[in-house]
Amino acid sequence: MRARIRALTDGAATGLAVLATVLVVAPLVAIFAYLIYKGASSLSWAFFVETPKPVGEVGGGMANAILGSAILLGVGSLIGVPVGIAGGIFLAEFGRGTKLANAVRFTADVLNGVPSIVMGIAVYSLIVVPQGHFSAFSGGVALGIMMVPTVCRTTEEMLLMVPNSVREAALALGVPNWRSVLAITLKTASPGIITGCMLAFARVAGETAPLIFTAFGNVGWNTRLNEPMAALPLQIYVYALSPYDDWHRLAWAGSLVLIVLIVLAVSLVRYVTSRGVLKGAS
Amino acid sequence: MNVRVPEIRLSKLQFQTEPAQQNGENHVKAVSAEAAQIRAYLLSRGNSAIADRGFRWLMVLCALSIFGIVVLIATQLVVRSKLAWAQFGLDFFYKVFIDPNTHKPMYWDPVNGHFSALPFIYGTLVSSFLALLLAVPLAIGVAVFLTEMCPQSLRAPLAFITELLAAIPSVIYGFWAYIVLVPLLRDHLNPWLIKGFGWSGFFGDDNPTGLGFLAAGIVLAIMILPIISSLTREVMTAVPQSQREAVLALGATRWEMIRVGVLRNARIGIVGAIILGLGRALGETMAVTMVIGNSPEIQRSLLANGSTMSAVIANEFAEASGDLHLSALMELGLALFIVTIIVNAFARLLVWAVTRGEPSRAG
Repeated sequence: MRARIRALTDGAATGLAVLATVLVVAPLVAIFAYLIYKGASSLSWAFFVETPKPVGEVGGGMANAILGSAILLGVGSLIGVPVGIAGGIFLAEFGRGTKLANAVRFTADVLNGVPSIVMGIAVYSLIVVPQGHFSAFSGGVALGIMMVPTVCRTTEEMLLMVPNSVREAALALGVPNWRSVLAITLKTASPGIITGCMLAFARVAGETAPLIFTAFGNVGWNTRLNEPMAALPLQIYVYALSPYDDWHRLAWAGSLVLIVLIVLAVSLVRYVTSRGVLKGAS
Repeated sequence: MNVRVPEIRLSKLQFQTEPAQQNGENHVKAVSAEAAQIRAYLLSRGNSAIADRGFRWLMVLCALSIFGIVVLIATQLVVRSKLAWAQFGLDFFYKVFIDPNTHKPMYWDPVNGHFSALPFIYGTLVSSFLALLLAVPLAIGVAVFLTEMCPQSLRAPLAFITELLAAIPSVIYGFWAYIVLVPLLRDHLNPWLIKGFGWSGFFGDDNPTGLGFLAAGIVLAIMILPIISSLTREVMTAVPQSQREAVLALGATRWEMIRVGVLRNARIGIVGAIILGLGRALGETMAVTMVIGNSPEIQRSLLANGSTMSAVIANEFAEASGDLHLSALMELGLALFIVTIIVNAFARLLVWAVTRGEPSRAG
């Protein structure tokens, strides 16, 4: 009797776990498929080459927003990637096991969880208020700050995967430490670090909240860092809440572009980490 | 005399071509001469102590910049929210202005200068806990299935999907919810809930839009599910295999093994994963802003419109009317910052307590 109850409980628990997985995976896959279907059916050549049209006119695209996003992400990467990689080098090469490194690692993880909108208003008060107007530069800074913790932690992880014998071999040849770190360790881990940066890049590419009060958005072309600039997620946000079907279509297409970017980044990271960092580089 | 020639290859030293033929005193002389040459060569290159130290400090500086970012955010928010703090003090977080004429509470009235954070704190808490309520059982179920029951071939694709879904931007989830989920709630789920559970007061029928706390809670649940489940999975994988084997060896069924051997060992880390999900939900902005309805009110009904701390900032910040309004929004941001820092720090500590030694993989 007891054994039967135990067997039944076991079966019930297994069933519940399977049920939970189905309940989670099915809708998530459905959402994903819906996004791709909607995006693919809305995508057109005009999306990539035209600027938004005024309300009422059919057509138009998000070319200015794509360019804007690229510029904003470029500025962000210029700030976030070098600082993040350097922080990661410190964590993995110099600070192993020290209290400072633990504190930095912990702060980076915590900073990762700070809402992006808080970053947005902090950068607003830091740059937009003194400047007196919204600017692409402030948006780039906000994105850059958000990249730092992610890049830092990924770099550390990838560097930790490099075996110590490689470092020892470099040092035994009399190579100065800084060169051994840059030319040997970092280079060995570079596929992983590059894809890690891409992941941070793709995540930040979809951030809307920090851009609302920094880059602000723009309906026309702009390449000047000192002026408000359009960005893909901002444009999606505005168009999504509009009542016009045509604008919804553009928003779906924009979503698809972001999703493709993310799928690429995530699968690259998966590929590199599963293959092992070392095989391609040594 | 059997002194060995040092195996250093400097192309200009000719003796290295035929070291075997040397012997006796000549040999000793040659060795000392060559050692001097090597020393001179090495000295001429200089040592790299300065470069090394400089490089090291540069890296330390960049690592310290992470503290710098935190301090920078905190000081900016504190400075800009001074005005609201001076005006309202702590009352901001719990007091509500009651209109003397209508006897109705005025929670957030930028025109007349009445600001209270209460409806936003309420909205944030209700939507986040609703999300946890929906997401936690499912996330743990998924994690148990993936770590303990799933066939090997299914594990990688499922893990890949969850990772992918965790990376989809908030604004896209919000867009999807606005177009698909909200009409679904409006036409099907809400009428059913009102009919079945309207008596409880949690499902009032005075909001025909489909927007509201429930919609926000569901979107948030979808968004935090992948995070909670992947962290739970990580914690469960960190439980040593011997624990499982020991429990199985005592004759336990698989579920008993999971309950006693795995879940009980990993419970602190699982709590950490849940709190981390809570931290995400508290600060989530775009998706919530798009579906919660954005009205600063406190209502019992989960189907009513509400607003959250992050949503009101996203909505009103760019066109804030006056310094006090801006300052009040900044103070909301500061509160959000402090709360999420505490929640995240606590959660990280719990997760670290379990996975100590292995670097954490999930974001």
